[in-house]
Amino acid sequence: MLFKVLGKKEFTTFIELLLNDTEVIAPKQVGVDTSGKPLHQYLPVQAFTEIDLSYETTEYSAKTYFLPFRENLSTCSFLDMVWDRQIKYRVQPRAIIGLHACDINALLKLDKVLAGDRFPSPYYISRRKNTFIVGIDHDPCEGGFCQAVGADVVTHGFDLYLTDLEDRYFVAINSERGFNVLQRVKTREPTARDNNDYLDVRRRIAGQFKPLEVHNLPNLMDIEFESKVWKKWADKCLSCGSCAMVCPTCYCYGIEERVSMDNAESAKVKQLYSCQFLDFAMVAGGHNFRPDRETRLKYRYYHQHRGFVEAYEEPLCVGCYRCGRVCLAGINPTDIIGDLQTEYQE
Amino acid sequence: MTSLFRPYYIIQESEMAQPLDYNRRSRLKHVDQVFRSEIINIIPLTDMEKLFQLRILDGAERERFSFLPGQFVMVEVPGYGEIPISISSSPSHKGYIELCIRRAGVVTGILHKTRRGAVVGLRGPFGTHFPIERMRGNHILLIAGGLGLAPLRAPILNVIENRTDFHDVHILYGTRQPDMLLFNYQYEEWNRISDINLKVIVEQGDESWTGPVGLITDLLKKIRLEPLETYAIICGPPVMFKFVCAHLQREGIPMDRMFVSLERRMHCGMGKCCRCNIGSTYTCLSGPVFDYWTVMNLKEAI
Ligand SMILES: Cc1cc2nc3c(=O)[nH]c(=O)nc-3n(C[C@H](O)[C@H](O)[C@H](O)COP(=O)(O)OP(=O)(O)OC[C@H]3O[C@@H](n4cnc5c(N)ncnc54)[C@H](O)[C@@H]3O)c2cc1C
Ligand code: SF4
Ligand code: SF4
Ligand code: FES
Repeated sequence: MLFKVLGKKEFTTFIELLLNDTEVIAPKQVGVDTSGKPLHQYLPVQAFTEIDLSYETTEYSAKTYFLPFRENLSTCSFLDMVWDRQIKYRVQPRAIIGLHACDINALLKLDKVLAGDRFPSPYYISRRKNTFIVGIDHDPCEGGFCQAVGADVVTHGFDLYLTDLEDRYFVAINSERGFNVLQRVKTREPTARDNNDYLDVRRRIAGQFKPLEVHNLPNLMDIEFESKVWKKWADKCLSCGSCAMVCPTCYCYGIEERVSMDNAESAKVKQLYSCQFLDFAMVAGGHNFRPDRETRLKYRYYHQHRGFVEAYEEPLCVGCYRCGRVCLAGINPTDIIGDLQTEYQE
Repeated sequence: MTSLFRPYYIIQESEMAQPLDYNRRSRLKHVDQVFRSEIINIIPLTDMEKLFQLRILDGAERERFSFLPGQFVMVEVPGYGEIPISISSSPSHKGYIELCIRRAGVVTGILHKTRRGAVVGLRGPFGTHFPIERMRGNHILLIAGGLGLAPLRAPILNVIENRTDFHDVHILYGTRQPDMLLFNYQYEEWNRISDINLKVIVEQGDESWTGPVGLITDLLKKIRLEPLETYAIICGPPVMFKFVCAHLQREGIPMDRMFVSLERRMHCGMGKCCRCNIGSTYTCLSGPVFDYWTVMNLKEAI
């Protein structure tokens, strides 16, 4: 990996260069919560001043720019009983500034499913390759357990990655595209002091995480399959699906067919779904393979901490804690995992 | 100033220009592209089920399309939706397939209303198949309950076409009532083939029914098995295959020589939508055909 040092003033120039050229998505404050804490989202920005890189986390993940909530897979036009199909992939280049390590790791996990060797998705790959990603280091967010699931550090999956060294950024370059764009502004080679400061920051961040035991989860999920823990938490669940919507790694979907008013055109629309919805596993005739909240909640954890590990040797969850923050019922991964561990110990 | 980013056009990838072929899972392709297929004949089977004979319209696509018994296709009726349906015909007819479809909802409902000549979209084939190759030189039990005869008909036809490869072949079929029997016009043909033992049973007879009455396991009890030289394919509702497999297991047939086909909700067929998951297993990729040992080990399978 190549490293450069970028002054803060040059960084502004760099962002303005991007803003003048492409659509830029960045963390932007959208309000405050009831306790006065700022709320952020990844949104399109027009000016450097709209961007707040000191954000702690965003309510929604950046997944929507790769797996939009609704996406038109194909359209069909009807002409006298004959139909014809059109498919379009999104190609417009886009830059996302300020993704944290967990969110980039989430994209790497999505890559495994959606750009891997079993039926790669052209819709996803096209968006992924047309997105320029600039990541940034940050102190752990409240509730986050990314370190426990190995998602606090990221070594690829981005173009540039920034570490804030007060008056300058330490920049890791991971793509030729990133290298070329960075050449448009003044940078310099890192000195021994830059390297030391960078390592200090990395150590400071790494030292702040609270521990959470997850290494035995794949096994625990099997042992505790009949555990009371699932019922305890699922009894509170509203089956609203918010947890899956905000999650950077949930990718399940449903298909809906939409017909235009004049019946001349129909669209096959993919819509993100949640395994917590009642009809997720319901089939014709009314049979539901997961009729109760308990099995649905368990299934979500089972997929993340057992199924995905089995397939890819790592959990699907990146520990961003968005699902815990958004849940109106107070259901959250750290408490559930904690309860499973406690029950297992007993 | 030139633009910072050159757009990446995925359609310019050479793989995307290759002819569509779902048998190659690993190749980048237009995953939402369908084989336009014409309904050439519709054969009503019962009040609820019809057999649709389809032909892929494009000659080159027809040549390329191949499947194995037990696999399924996604059938799309533009404007209505897309559903998974097992292929019910023999794999030896190129680009020509038969689907036995029960009227159950929106898409199956409109299919039951369509007429000969309508064009639907097919994606696939998807999923695992019954390992007929491995069964050569053995006795074969082909057992169906209810609509299970739809997926079982592909291996039945495949076995009949290659009859010399197998020892004894038994076809056992059971439904609730005589008017629910599928493909009853074919039993005569199958039964006349010497050395194929076809038995049909119903749970409740009517005035015209002269055959046996009872459960499918009653038929099984009458067959003398050589358990270690036998393979079984069982298609039907979970309660049915559970009983049948338990019976066969008691008879000594190893669990990895019994195959069943599972049904789950499906929206993609390609391991993307997660709707078909059993525990963490994708029914569309690792199934729908599983051996019984695997099914026993799947959390929430039956
Ligand atoms: C591998 C496989 C093979 C099948 N083979 C056959 C067959 O040979 N013959 C046959 O009659 N039926 C078969 N089915 C069941 C068939 O797919 C459903 O009856 C059909 O999807 C119902 O669609 P609908 O639009 O009419 O019903 P609706 O109730 O209106 O369903 C709406 C949507 O839900 C989904 N859905 C509902 N039920 C099912 C289901 N059971 N499985 C998967 N998705 C579902 C579909 O996307 C459907 O479009 C098979 C299912 C699977 C998974
Ligand atoms: S956000 Fe909470 S209440 Fe809503 S489905 Fe998820 S766990 Fe249940
Ligand atoms: S499951 Fe929760 S903590 Fe894990 S990645 Fe998804 S939103 Fe973040
Ligand atoms: S049908 Fe979509 S994942 Fe299996």
